[in-house]
Amino acid sequence: MKRTESLITWYGELTTRRHLLKRGGLFLVPGLLWLMLFLVLPSLVLVVVSFVTRGAYGELEWVFTIENYKRLAGFTLFGWTADYLLILWRSIVVAMVTTLISVVLSYPLCFFIAARSERNRYMWLTLVMIPFWTNMVIRAYAWFFILSPEMPFAKLAALLGCIPDGAPLYPNAFAVYLGMISMFIPFVTLPLYAGVERLDWSLVEAAQDLYASRIRVFTQAILPQTMPGLSVGIIFTFFPAMGMFVVPDLLGGAKYMLVGNLIQQQFGTSRDWPFGAAVSMGLMVLTMIGLQIYRRKGKEIQVV
Amino acid sequence: MRRNHPLIIAVSYLTVVFLYLPLAGVAVFSVNEARRGTVWEGFTLKWYAKLFQNEWIMEAAWNTLLLAVISTIVATILGTILAIAIDRFPWKRRTSNYLDIILHIPVVIPDIILAASLVVAFGLLRVVSSIFEPGLLNMIIGHITFQIAFVALVVRSRLVAIGREVEEAARDLFASNWYLLRKVMFPLLMPGIFAGAMLAFTLSLDDFVISFFTAGPDSQTLPLFIYAAVRRGVTPQIHALSTLIMLVTVVLVVTTERITRR
Repeated sequence: MKRTESLITWYGELTTRRHLLKRGGLFLVPGLLWLMLFLVLPSLVLVVVSFVTRGAYGELEWVFTIENYKRLAGFTLFGWTADYLLILWRSIVVAMVTTLISVVLSYPLCFFIAARSERNRYMWLTLVMIPFWTNMVIRAYAWFFILSPEMPFAKLAALLGCIPDGAPLYPNAFAVYLGMISMFIPFVTLPLYAGVERLDWSLVEAAQDLYASRIRVFTQAILPQTMPGLSVGIIFTFFPAMGMFVVPDLLGGAKYMLVGNLIQQQFGTSRDWPFGAAVSMGLMVLTMIGLQIYRRKGKEIQVV
Repeated sequence: MRRNHPLIIAVSYLTVVFLYLPLAGVAVFSVNEARRGTVWEGFTLKWYAKLFQNEWIMEAAWNTLLLAVISTIVATILGTILAIAIDRFPWKRRTSNYLDIILHIPVVIPDIILAASLVVAFGLLRVVSSIFEPGLLNMIIGHITFQIAFVALVVRSRLVAIGREVEEAARDLFASNWYLLRKVMFPLLMPGIFAGAMLAFTLSLDDFVISFFTAGPDSQTLPLFIYAAVRRGVTPQIHALSTLIMLVTVVLVVTTERITRR
């Protein structure tokens, strides 16, 4: 056999490029094959299914159509409605507000934790970490319980005349926001804290010495330094919040449906996979647009 | 040490109260004698005792554990090998970019999309084989799929952190591929693999959406059980179950912290 490739040294190993890539390929196969089979391929199938027709009994009929997307855009037999678009829009707004409030609450919390003594710091961090790891269903359920008619909050609201006597404080937008914000605060706080802990305070002091306003101290000295942690926190919050389904399901009900509920409905009770797939594509597109806007801002996304 | 503005301290305490208030409410009423309502009728642990007599709950607990253990083992192995493959070989820039994107999909995409695509994929596979009926196997496959990415990302960051000097030294001393992998790379990677496995395990215990979409009638897990029970009405038994799961979470978080910080 004629050797056409030149030998290279690769971290102490005398080998050829092709040889190395062959071995690398062997390492790559099991994991990549799995992801191809159960992640990439199903996603492509989902795209295809979003273009087919639902049969009379919820089965798939392989007649290709864009009807599902037209329906999502609001075109029905009886004219145009904004129902589904409103749900998509509402999901974006809820995700944005949730992210914003989580960030606003996380900054003080991070500064507070960073100023504790080393021992207390771990205690406070653990306090944030526990809700982070507590099951989503349990946390949503806990809000469901605390806002129920027997609990003091609903009684107080009834006393003030906000809700009828004996009614719970859900389902409504307020309950969804409470649930969402408490769900996602740790998702911002934990990555942000990594940045705040390493903050170079001399820059902050320099800004203060130069008579910068409080706002300018934050935007010029603190924000740029904590940006990497903040980005991770925003990514961990905004995108999952957009697809969240447990919280709006328990606390929002039909009155305050988000796109996650709509998708679940199509795969559950409605048994309309093609439309469910089309709605998923809508959410996917929103996610992609979000990521693109985010990358435009020039921040490299590093998640772990 | 820096002093905090009083406002910062106030907001911090309120935020933590906001995080814990609902959870504390559930915990308190899990030891209340009263079956309904919020009147305190005395301390009891009977709701906890009843959990262990409820065979639905016991089965759900067993399923949850089985699902988490099996999927974590498979995902840790596949994810670790994948991380080594991505980090340790001279891939073209394009190739490694693609690999990077695939690895980040499950992390960034809302899990409901992954769940939806699995439902459809399993639905079509069912035509080929009946093992793809909704059930534990589908759930395991679904969990592994998102766990692999997390394990690979954690292990990869460890690979970057340990650098390649030790490997190079081993090569210079004529270590074979297999010896290098087993005696040099593996011990150095162990903390990363452990952290990745712990992450995968907790993610599996935490998951609701993927399980909800892929579960069958005989593969109830604890989160699914609680979700279904809430729709039937709030009971002290569900309080007790939730509190118990919270306690397990606390223990897991604290021990993982202790081990990884060492």
